[in-house]
Amino acid sequence: MDINDLRAIVTVVSLLTFLGIVWWAYGVKGNKKRFEEAAMLPFIDEEADWAELGLDRHGKRKAS
Amino acid sequence: MSETQSTYNYKVVRQFAVMTVVWGIVGMLVGVIIAAQLVWPDLNMGFLHFGRLRPLHTNAVIFAFGGSALFATSYYVVQRTCHTRIFSDGLAAFTFWGWQAVIVLAAITLPLGMTQGKEYAELEWPIDILIALVWVAYAVVFFGTIAKRKVSHIYVANWFYGGFILAVALLHIVNSAAIPVSLTKSYSAYAGVQDAMVQWWYGHNAVGFFLTAGFLGMMYYFVPKQAGRPVYSYRLSVVHFWALIFTYMWAGPHHLHYTALPDWTQSVGMLFSLILLAPSWGGMINGVMTLSGAWHKLRDDPILKFLITSLSFYGMSTFEGPMMAIKTVNALSHYTDWTVGHVHSGALGWVAMISIGSIYYLLPRLYGKPEMFSVRLITVHFWVATIGVVLYIASMWIAGVMQGLMWRAVNADGTLTYSFVESVKASYPFWAIRFVGGVLFLSGMLIMAYNMVKTMAGGRTVDDALVLQPAAQHA
Repeated sequence: MDINDLRAIVTVVSLLTFLGIVWWAYGVKGNKKRFEEAAMLPFIDEEADWAELGLDRHGKRKAS
Repeated sequence: MSETQSTYNYKVVRQFAVMTVVWGIVGMLVGVIIAAQLVWPDLNMGFLHFGRLRPLHTNAVIFAFGGSALFATSYYVVQRTCHTRIFSDGLAAFTFWGWQAVIVLAAITLPLGMTQGKEYAELEWPIDILIALVWVAYAVVFFGTIAKRKVSHIYVANWFYGGFILAVALLHIVNSAAIPVSLTKSYSAYAGVQDAMVQWWYGHNAVGFFLTAGFLGMMYYFVPKQAGRPVYSYRLSVVHFWALIFTYMWAGPHHLHYTALPDWTQSVGMLFSLILLAPSWGGMINGVMTLSGAWHKLRDDPILKFLITSLSFYGMSTFEGPMMAIKTVNALSHYTDWTVGHVHSGALGWVAMISIGSIYYLLPRLYGKPEMFSVRLITVHFWVATIGVVLYIASMWIAGVMQGLMWRAVNADGTLTYSFVESVKASYPFWAIRFVGGVLFLSGMLIMAYNMVKTMAGGRTVDDALVLQPAAQHA
């Protein structure tokens, strides 16, 4: 087997891996929930959002 | 909850965010100066001529401005989406001071003519070693933070930041391999066309990973946050990430069309560049559609204007790029100002605008203020910057196509219709318009600096925000 066979194999395996990822993202039903969870990650710490803006949880400026 | 509540490290974010604006002004000022030097050649004085200042401009805007923006946002996003303080405060501080040292060394050595002569990789070997050290520390801090996260998922923005950090380490170390002959001079470890290919493998992936993947990380965090809704399609973002990873690495040869590079390599580069259109537009659509149902927010939120307009420019330049990678188009566009226009549509329109939007999001939060000192001034900045970009790229398109057509025009007897200097002469009006566009964009940054200083005044700088426990299902 010469090196060009190896190169061809790597290319084909890469393409199949990518198609596998597409299938994993769109075809696997069980992933829907985990993606929805992950998508909400920036929004699960609203307390910190208020705190860093110097506001209380009602959006009012803290008396400090 | 532990007895002493842990806090986020905002200090390093603050440092990098402020330096983003400072280096943005410096880098763009040098850009405006060299634009002026093209219009008024008398401005080329001593060693501060175009040839010395141009690499200073590119290094300053890409690595100082863009790099600082990437450090600032990635350190903020990785902490907030992993619900944990950054991995090592000491190493994080080292990345800040180390990176600033690299920038200062670049600003000293480049005007003195110390260069490896590789585009976007000009810095000489001692500085390259410092960059590698800083970058390894960056990787340790970033992935260390991910490793100690308090949530089960790794948010997609962190995938993009992580991909950017790993790829840039690989690119920098391979392309900077050199044989030193003195402290300030070295020769590339590669020779001939291999050297050219390694350089443009690096060069195009610097665009793909430094100037794209990292800034897409910004997009996936700051667009949803500012729009107040989760990203349009999370699974599209997964495919977007892997599609970029699998294709970008192969697009480099399009910088070497019609050179000594083997023809098949050029064709592979062209093909992969065309394929790149799909993931690029997938990502752009994902970002823009995040706003679907909330388009009204665009009307009076200038930060959102910056973020969404940057995505429009991203879509435009990632359409233009694959087109220019087609050999027959490249035969016209290469070596002309069209390339310069294309780069700036990406650099000013996409990279700078998404960074500016993200930094405007961060600044009040880093200084404990409910909003920027003046939201009106953000709107002014937005319009000044947008008009600046449009003037810049439109003038370069016209100049570039004109130059390409003039250079290839031949008379009936086969002689060239125009001498080179005639194309230079014809370019002057467009270089003047480009200068005006650059001045406008720089003015926008000065407005931002004023707004930033006013926002910082009297702001909180010591007590870092508390790390709050994530909601139950993620804990």
